[in-house]
Amino acid sequence: MAQRGIREFHAKKLLAKFLKEHPEHGFGYESKIVLVTPETSIKEIAAENPWLTSEHLVVKPDMLFGKRGKHGLILLNAKLEEAEKWINERINQEVEVGKTKGVLTHFLIEPFVPHEKEYYIAIKTEEEGDRIYFSNIGGIEIEEKWEHVKEFFVPILGKIDDVNIGELSETIKSFIKTLYTFFVEYDFTYLEINPFAIVGKEIVPLDFVARLDDTALFKDSEKWGDIEFPTPFGRNLTKEEEFIRSLDEKTGASLKLTILNPDGYVWLMVAGGGASVIYTDTVVDLGYGNELANYGEYSGAPSEEETYLYAKTILDLMTRKKDPRGKVLIIGGGIANFTDVAKTFKGIVKALSEYKDKLKENNVKIFVRRGGPNYQAGLAMMKKLEKEIEVPIEVHGPELHMTRVVKMALGGEK
Amino acid sequence: MNLFEKETKAIVFGRQAVAVQSMLDFDFISKRETPSVVCFVSPDRPGFERLFFGNKEILFPAYKTITEAVKKHPDATVMVNFAPSRFVYQTTVDALNTENIKTIAIIAEGVPERETRALSSLAKEKGKVIIGPATVGGVIAGKFKIGNAGGTIENIISSKLYRSGSVGLVTKSGGMLNEMFNMIARNSDGVYEGIAIGGDRYPSSSLADHCLRLEETPDVKFLVLLGEVGGLEEYKVAEALKSGRIKKPLIAWVTGTCSKIFPTEVQFGHAGARAGANNETADSKNAALKEVGAIVPDSFDDLPEQIKKTYDELKSKGIIQEIKEFVPPQLPMDYDALMKQGLIRRHAEFINTIADERGELSYSGVPITKIIKEKHSIGYAIGLLWLQKKLPEYASEFIELLITIFADHGPCVSGAHNTMVAARAGKDLISSVASGLLTMGPRYGAAQEESGRYYFWARKEGLTPQEAIDYAKKNHIPLPGFGHKVKSTKNIDWREKILIEFVREKFPYTEYLDYCLEMEKITTKVSDKFIFNIGGISGALWLDLLKSLGYTDDEVSELIEEGILTSINVLSRIIGYIGHHLEQNRLKENLYRVPYDDVLYSLPKEEDL
Repeated sequence: MAQRGIREFHAKKLLAKFLKEHPEHGFGYESKIVLVTPETSIKEIAAENPWLTSEHLVVKPDMLFGKRGKHGLILLNAKLEEAEKWINERINQEVEVGKTKGVLTHFLIEPFVPHEKEYYIAIKTEEEGDRIYFSNIGGIEIEEKWEHVKEFFVPILGKIDDVNIGELSETIKSFIKTLYTFFVEYDFTYLEINPFAIVGKEIVPLDFVARLDDTALFKDSEKWGDIEFPTPFGRNLTKEEEFIRSLDEKTGASLKLTILNPDGYVWLMVAGGGASVIYTDTVVDLGYGNELANYGEYSGAPSEEETYLYAKTILDLMTRKKDPRGKVLIIGGGIANFTDVAKTFKGIVKALSEYKDKLKENNVKIFVRRGGPNYQAGLAMMKKLEKEIEVPIEVHGPELHMTRVVKMALGGEK
Repeated sequence: MNLFEKETKAIVFGRQAVAVQSMLDFDFISKRETPSVVCFVSPDRPGFERLFFGNKEILFPAYKTITEAVKKHPDATVMVNFAPSRFVYQTTVDALNTENIKTIAIIAEGVPERETRALSSLAKEKGKVIIGPATVGGVIAGKFKIGNAGGTIENIISSKLYRSGSVGLVTKSGGMLNEMFNMIARNSDGVYEGIAIGGDRYPSSSLADHCLRLEETPDVKFLVLLGEVGGLEEYKVAEALKSGRIKKPLIAWVTGTCSKIFPTEVQFGHAGARAGANNETADSKNAALKEVGAIVPDSFDDLPEQIKKTYDELKSKGIIQEIKEFVPPQLPMDYDALMKQGLIRRHAEFINTIADERGELSYSGVPITKIIKEKHSIGYAIGLLWLQKKLPEYASEFIELLITIFADHGPCVSGAHNTMVAARAGKDLISSVASGLLTMGPRYGAAQEESGRYYFWARKEGLTPQEAIDYAKKNHIPLPGFGHKVKSTKNIDWREKILIEFVREKFPYTEYLDYCLEMEKITTKVSDKFIFNIGGISGALWLDLLKSLGYTDDEVSELIEEGILTSINVLSRIIGYIGHHLEQNRLKENLYRVPYDDVLYSLPKEEDL
């Protein structure tokens, strides 16, 4: 996988854990913070965290999106009752953030800490090292005040101690080094605390955005604990997407499905990560972007049963609502390296046979293009199927340019 | 600069026999003189791997360490690293630290970005090249194939990868490599080299690195670049074009133009394909490349036409010459592949009809769960495996009765004795038990066999009981199954009584028993010790059992030849021998030596000889 965003709640908990386990850095962070989900009982967490009732609080959604202040999604300096009421008014409600609509499900509550000075720090990875940004003037207007931001670069084989941080207070210098060590040891790929305050030796991170490199799980699982990698805001999975995701988790192969438009005219069932993007591109390039029903791919030699279930899910979705023009299904793919085309097609053929009546009713036309191990047998299977189920199926191998079937299916550019 | 030549040799980390066989097949059809792989490295599984180079079978050593491999094969300059992601860092560092290894291809997906970035910097310091991670590798047509790149041999042949073309190909996606080979072969004279840099965000060598290298390769006449949404790699290529460092025509396409229609971020298949910032989108990268002079089609769909156009142009200008084609040598087909396709057949070496473990274990077709569920006994299982019959209850009960009775005859009989002697000599269980079993023969433990055969023969010949006795007497053979050292008509053997009563009550057929008892009536008139003994009884009762189960005489005769009469005796004795072996060990008995007074030493005098 790759770089994955984590919740502010978890990022702060990780920082607290790191500082506690490394007292030599001399910084502390109390991490008074709770996460509220639709299942949380405020009463219970208030009993476990007495500060919730004794202190003034900050409440905000914790769902991997920023600019919460601008969207009126932050409550400051509130008592617990107000916080509870505020959350209850918003939890399980759909809101629009930027261009994305989504349902609010996770909120964090932490103490409202009055402070004087706000700092900015961010660390990101680059090809040859890590870049640290620091400013004495933090806050949401950081981009407008970028001229105050100082930059440091730590080469990947270098050490932070060898980097000249320049004229900053000893506490700040030491904190930058501490946070960088945290960044490296916990395999972050991005980290931004904007703003944060320092009260004595106590760190107060007010807003925290972070991404981890999830491929490092094999060495960091103990450090990370029960980390969660939430899906981006607005990507609430449909039942079918959830089903494919659960299939994907259980197998060594890869099965992905994203529904873009359930009433779409063009449906894709494409093998291979690279090829699936290109097929999707081609649909968009031909002007059918808004008619594209789904994005997805299957790859890594899935079993016959897995491709059957995958195909069945798509066929079921695409035959729910009729389109006067009929519908188009593109069973595409490049020239596979390992995947046995005949074997994976067997599962697809089984699903197509099962759905033959519905495919006819919906006036579905099918276009196939595929190459790789045993592709001749796979294509022959598809040709035979056309007669059996009486649904038009156009079948091509590597002799036809990969995406040309898209053009055939859509009758050229719109 | 060429990373790979026709003589380049590689070490392969990981016992990837299938991948390496595909490399060797490529070598063979490319008419390489020597295989491109010299050895494997496998810390867990050192040893040897047998692979084919054409028709010839070659033994490839697998060493425990990279150091050892490099020392034994100083001619290897490449390592193809198949180590799983968690071991990629250390194994690659080890390879970078060797003198000889100059190029490393990392295949694994999921290498932590921090580790990859460190490896890249290390490689740069040492002036070495890493391809990957998360890549299938690449193919240098007619020269060298990295791992599984290129796909099936049919694909390699149809894309003409066995000989050099004029096109330098660099892609991000490994999955699209075969497709691009195919596309380029159909629209030009094929690739000179095609490398997939890998789908990670920080590939060790970049699109630009390889484009610049191919710019320097005289045989490459134009470049094809297939980029991907996410990351900033393609801008480096654009810079190189702009600054004139890349002068050869470059056809470029960045995939992922669809990302603009996704309302929220969709994670594509690759780690690098993740468009956060605006300048990482496919559209902006395509635009940037176009602006600096790359040939950028309107869509991936138009890519082949652009390749053809560029190729034709360069050919008409004489920059690309006509290639002298050759027919690649026919690769011998793999037996397994042909078998799978149903093109060849062959007789099996063995036939088996009694047990099948390939699905649920079954004995003669009866699933083991059914045998257990219906509470059948060991006798029932024996019936299925020995006779392929579902035995009626009385028959399996009888077999178990025999096993119980014959399980042991005490420590003094030859087999048990030898088992004990072997156990005391320190032999393991199997050896001790085998020592006992190997003692069984014509004089010990063969009574069943001998008597069964005799009675069967006698009755078949139509001899009366008296005639059967007389025949033995006349031919000076002891009458099989008669006579006992200890037991007599007055001191009866209880085992015999139990068996006879059981059979009388339950067997539908008892003619052999009746026949023998008639004989006993005659023999005991001579001596009361000349009784029908336990060996004889079990022989006769086996015949009655087979007849009860409905076998014809011919079938019984066959079963006797197969060895059925001795079978139960052998099986039962094993139980007793195991007991003797375990006991001798339990008692910590030491080595046995026959005492002097048990041997009569009676040697001749030397002068008498």
